[in-house]
Amino acid sequence: MKNQKKTKQPLTIDQKIKRRNFLSLGVFALGSAAAYKGWRWLSTSAEELTGVTGGAQVPLRRALNKTELFFRNFFSRNHLVKTYPKSMAVKNVRQNSDIGLESDIVMAEWKMEVKRSNGELMHITIDQIKALPKTEIVYDFKCVEGWDQIQYWGGLKMLDFIEHFGLAEETKTQYMGLMTPDKEYQVGLDMDSAIHPQTILAYEMNGQPIPLNHGAPLRLIIPVKYGIKNLKRIGYMTFSNTRPPDYWAREGYDYYSGL
Amino acid sequence: MKQIKEKHSVLMRWTHWVNFPLLTIMIWSGLLIYWANDVYSITLFGHTYVKFFPDWFYEALDIPAHLAKGMAYHFLFMWFFALNGLIYVIYTVVSGSWRELLPQRKSFKEAWQVLLHDLHIRKMLPPQNKYNAAQRIAYTAIIVMGFGSLSTGLAIYKPVQFATITWLCGGYHLARIIHFVLTIGYVFFFLIHITQVILAGWKNFWSVISGFEVIRSNKPMEIVPTANPKNDEKPKED
Repeated sequence: MKNQKKTKQPLTIDQKIKRRNFLSLGVFALGSAAAYKGWRWLSTSAEELTGVTGGAQVPLRRALNKTELFFRNFFSRNHLVKTYPKSMAVKNVRQNSDIGLESDIVMAEWKMEVKRSNGELMHITIDQIKALPKTEIVYDFKCVEGWDQIQYWGGLKMLDFIEHFGLAEETKTQYMGLMTPDKEYQVGLDMDSAIHPQTILAYEMNGQPIPLNHGAPLRLIIPVKYGIKNLKRIGYMTFSNTRPPDYWAREGYDYYSGL
Repeated sequence: MKQIKEKHSVLMRWTHWVNFPLLTIMIWSGLLIYWANDVYSITLFGHTYVKFFPDWFYEALDIPAHLAKGMAYHFLFMWFFALNGLIYVIYTVVSGSWRELLPQRKSFKEAWQVLLHDLHIRKMLPPQNKYNAAQRIAYTAIIVMGFGSLSTGLAIYKPVQFATITWLCGGYHLARIIHFVLTIGYVFFFLIHITQVILAGWKNFWSVISGFEVIRSNKPMEIVPTANPKNDEKPKED
């Protein structure tokens, strides 16, 4: 009976203050606990099993892949990378890594093996590539580490390569895969980026044949990607609808790595 | 007689407290990324005054050699950071509380007086409503900074697809520098903010959690309705 009487009375100021303080404290404490729990869950989440990708925690890899899908909506092959006059290109081109270049190679015997959709293998020599019209580009090469350099490359435009060697059917797949001759370094490229008009199979740097440490005799220059996708010394080219192996994607980096 | 004075809306409190851990994670993951190309310093006439960052700093926070991890965290939490900021800005515009926040013409002169007061040089504070002139400038600046971080971030994240944004930010290099400087700015904001919050006292701090302050007055009124932002131009004495 007493209680009933109490509830019917309007709350006093002190009761209101007490109530709201209690509620606020409760919500704040719960929110903080949830945030802490969430952070614990994320920061201690298991690393993904190494497959095509690796090295990242499972939820973070999922987020990278979702974010890729979102930003691919903004990709257009008409979005061209800014180019510069040759005079602005650096003379000392930075070299960051030797992975895939450490095996011995007999330059004269080098051929690029292209695997067609029907399984047929093509072996293309550097002379065949050099015989085709050369395309040059001077652009700002960007490394995933954060540095960039204006560099001058020359070679065969990927689109010309596709056309000349009759690979149009192959480019209907979703991915192009490239590997060094020793298969130690690999990159996987979404087809839109691979056949971007500024993607080049390069054999010249600063107007000279590419030095060994920069990927002689033939390397990839793909300005719409970070440097990690610009594979040196191409040995193999494949086409597929699933993601090809990719060296840095297995080390925790974003598979897409597009600019 | 005690009175409840409504001070901060629920949405303002939520976004404020959500932003705190988000920004912390963004700064931390940003450091992991910056480390991979840590070229910035304050150098004048060949003498380096501050190197960003000294080794002891990196070691203390376990920064080195976590670039991939930093990118993975940065590119996940950027969504929440942007979303939280967007919700706050939309709310501020729609609710009309921007009127209490945007600096007014007199704010810049008054902010100076507030500064002198806080440094114990001037005795009197200029009359103020919810936020004083210095707060108006600071809380508006921090939103502009957030917008700056998002734009310069986008400019260095997708400099080809969003080339226009990169160009508007002054190019790839300048965008990265602005992105970095803004981050340093947040740290300074945080330090000043914390100092001011401590000086303002517990009641002021608690109101950002509870939403109200208890004031004592002789008037027998129970609840003071939320200040009508339109009346903001005519400050009343409390």
